Amino acid sequence: MKDQQYIRENGEPKRRIFGLSITAAAMFFLLLTRLWYLQILESENLLDQSENNRLRFVPVAAPRGAILDRNGKVIVSNSPSFSVAVIPQDVKDKDALIDSLSRYLNLDRAELLGKWQKGKGRAKYYPIIVASGITRDQLEFLEENRLRLAGVDIEMKPVREYANGMLAAHLLGYLGEISESEMDIEQFREYNAGDYVGKSGIERSWEMELHGADGGRQIEVDARGRFLRTVTETNPTIGNSLVLTIDSDLQKQTEQAFGDKAGAAVVMDVNSGEILAFSSNPGFDPSLFTGRMSPEQWKSYLEDKRHPLENKALKGQYPPGSTFKVITALAGLEEGLIDENTTVDCGGSYKVGNNTFKCWNKKGHGRVNLKQALKESCDVYFYQLGERLGVDKIAVYAKKFGLGEPLGIGLDNEKGGMIPTAAWKEKKYGKKWYRGETLPVAIGQGYVLTTPIQLASMIATVANEGTIYRPQLVKRIIDPDGKVVKEFKPRVIARIGMKPASYRAIKDGLLAVVNESRGTGGMARLYEVKVAGKTGTSQVVKLRDNQGNVPYQFRDHALFVGFAPYDKPEVAVGVIVEHGEHGGGAAAPIAGRILRAYFEGKGIIRKPVKKEDAVDAAEVAPEAGKEEQKTVNSEE
Amino acid sequence: MFDRRLFTNFDWTLLGLVLLISAIGVLNIYSATASYMQVGTTYFVKQIYWIVAGVLLCVVACSLDYHLLEDIAYWVYGGVVLLLVLVLLAGKTSMGATRWLHLGFFNIQPSEPMKIVIIITFARFFNRYPVFNGLTLKNLFYPLLILGAPALLIMKQPDLGTAILVSLIACSMLMYVRVRWTAIVAVILAALPIIYGGWHYYLRDYQKNRIINFIDPEQDPLGSGYHIIQSKIAVGSGGIIGKGFLHGTQSQLRFLPEQHTDFAFSVFSEEWGFVGCLVMLILYLFLVLWGLQIALRCNDSFGSMLAVGVTAMLFWHIVINMGMVIGLFPVVGVPLPFFSYGGTSMVTSMVGVGILLNISMRRFMF
Repeated sequence: MKDQQYIRENGEPKRRIFGLSITAAAMFFLLLTRLWYLQILESENLLDQSENNRLRFVPVAAPRGAILDRNGKVIVSNSPSFSVAVIPQDVKDKDALIDSLSRYLNLDRAELLGKWQKGKGRAKYYPIIVASGITRDQLEFLEENRLRLAGVDIEMKPVREYANGMLAAHLLGYLGEISESEMDIEQFREYNAGDYVGKSGIERSWEMELHGADGGRQIEVDARGRFLRTVTETNPTIGNSLVLTIDSDLQKQTEQAFGDKAGAAVVMDVNSGEILAFSSNPGFDPSLFTGRMSPEQWKSYLEDKRHPLENKALKGQYPPGSTFKVITALAGLEEGLIDENTTVDCGGSYKVGNNTFKCWNKKGHGRVNLKQALKESCDVYFYQLGERLGVDKIAVYAKKFGLGEPLGIGLDNEKGGMIPTAAWKEKKYGKKWYRGETLPVAIGQGYVLTTPIQLASMIATVANEGTIYRPQLVKRIIDPDGKVVKEFKPRVIARIGMKPASYRAIKDGLLAVVNESRGTGGMARLYEVKVAGKTGTSQVVKLRDNQGNVPYQFRDHALFVGFAPYDKPEVAVGVIVEHGEHGGGAAAPIAGRILRAYFEGKGIIRKPVKKEDAVDAAEVAPEAGKEEQKTVNSEE
Repeated sequence: MFDRRLFTNFDWTLLGLVLLISAIGVLNIYSATASYMQVGTTYFVKQIYWIVAGVLLCVVACSLDYHLLEDIAYWVYGGVVLLLVLVLLAGKTSMGATRWLHLGFFNIQPSEPMKIVIIITFARFFNRYPVFNGLTLKNLFYPLLILGAPALLIMKQPDLGTAILVSLIACSMLMYVRVRWTAIVAVILAALPIIYGGWHYYLRDYQKNRIINFIDPEQDPLGSGYHIIQSKIAVGSGGIIGKGFLHGTQSQLRFLPEQHTDFAFSVFSEEWGFVGCLVMLILYLFLVLWGLQIALRCNDSFGSMLAVGVTAMLFWHIVINMGMVIGLFPVVGVPLPFFSYGGTSMVTSMVGVGILLNISMRRFMF
């Protein structure tokens, strides 16, 4: 009932609206008197102040915090970069100035002029940057000829310096000028246009720690806007530094282990989840992103079919292939469907209904038990086990291991992979799950997708027998004085309660994969330390057995997951070589090299000085090119 | 579906007034950003886009009968409060304060719609609420609860400006319903210890700084005090007739901070002087009084409560922003409706105007 208007009936609305109107008018009158006071009574005084307002506020960018590796080695720091700016109002002869600048700086005249034009709309005293990143020689030259270059100003600002060139480029990320859409975000409230922010990787995810707080100078200028003196100054606060869990030596070796192959590797501490190396290959040069990437360089990055700009370790999702058999086997053991002695006769293929599922070895493996099935990566064994388990049971165990969703490594856009269930398919495609679809799932094909982080974490969890740690990249935050601001302790995501016997049976098989004859992972073997692991080869597209000339992008992915030492696991590794074709041939040797580097770093394996160098030189041919490039850069 | 009376009763005066203010605002933004280096679409063009978008929203807001709002009031209130809670939770995981909720493809800032939602909710609550001789302290329990939950959540973000605005809007509506003097005194007495506690345990340092700086701007002439000092100089140096369009030295030489958003009026005052300011004050006062007239002429209490609420929302934005620019109030980051650059403010204000138009054109239907 809309008629029942209590407020109206009891409150004489007219009188109250009148009251509110009077109140509003009174407030406006108050504003008006204040304006009267400022603009009429105080006007002369304030006009004077505005005319003598020779104070300008110049923000001073805070140097970003550094990024260090776990041993305190600097990976990313800052170095001063000098830019040449022109202050239009102080320029006497524009053309002459552009001429001499283009001569001194060895820059195109049109380019200089173009930059000048861009700054045209602004106040005349406002400096326009016409060249940035000039060399010390050029700087000295300009300083010497200062008198002839009226209106030229040299500005210094800190830029990122990458101590190891392209090392861990994807992990660290790069900086870029803040975009308009970023400016609108609350987080960047205090930022000014032209500020640099992290665009990817650690630089982006830890922006708030690294950035620091800008300072500023209040400067006095003369009537024409020229600098006279600094009145007051607030110093910028340098950003906090990050100490990563990464070991930069191991990171380097990991990247080099790939040679010119595309892929990703994640090396994880089995007992803490700390990431020791995190690589995506090929890499890129992060320093090029802060302004001076040539179009050719950019094009070559974009057109490289190995996708150098992609962070494969974080965002790559690959079918795990046979590495997934670890999960299927554990599920079978826990569900009581198999034990170590259960055998299956592999004749090279397995039939379900009208479909024949082939084992990779067409001749068949004969009668195999679990250990042999893992060792030789017999598909038929797992087809049968998978069929008995059903897709949903496999999914339960896969998810227990943290597969199918992001583990929370703390970088933006971490992918979660995919663990299919019958219900998922029903929801997604509106079709029911066919029994035959479970078989590929059991060997890590079909709908199954995992990320390199997940693969490393999965095998680490097998190694430590049931503890999933949150993968950790940052060990601690320290302030510019080196004082610890925050220490990050290992965090357990979950403990998977399974029978110790199940883990033992699996690990037994994984040891055989690497160390026994006919094991598929022999190329990951180290003689000083016992390595255990599992190979995987996952189909990119279904191909008939034409082993001939498969185009690069259709070749199978090669995978290897492993840990060492077998008896007291310390380190786990997940390797994927994109289109590497065979896990045993392409991924296992890389994993072997990474593990060797890890134990060399610990002093457990002695570095064979001579031989190692020879190997490096041979393997790392493209790397040598990179070295060259770096020296060229530093000369610039 | 559309009654012809709706069209004949359309409140062209109100829409015209709002568009006039917006147009002056666009010119002013043009001047305020003339010294900026801008890439792509310039601010004043973007502001025009926002005005167009705002007017479209405004038309949407007045095409449906406003009584619909009464039915959905509590649901919308609950939804927005829930979003505010989510913002706090999401904000925690990403370390640091955030007012935005990322919903995959777009982001929302739930504290902004709360300004409108609190109006609708209060209007709904008091519509059939029997009040004799004003609200007693007991009567105030639920309204303060309705206000308190979102206000505290917004303050926690922390967004003091919006929290204060939401509270002021709600209080204005309470004043319209009428509160007994005894109740007012009791609430103030109860609030004192809360304010004391809030100052010591709740306010962030930067918020305290703003208040301290307001009282004594000279204390930090480089930091937040800089805003007030420079703004006062800009306004005062405008004198009676101002320095002329595009000729304000304070703004063109960029002494003013945020001169196209929160301090847009400061640019205007410098360039158009006391005369210009007087015109703007009259336009805004006219807008407020017109809103109140709509409340008076509306025949149902829900509509008139709504109108009072929306008018209060505009009023407080205007007063706080102008007060801030001329150094009467602390710097709290409140935009001037239709005048400051920014889509969020434009959308909220235009939706408010849409509601006013809606009420205005349906006044003869009940």
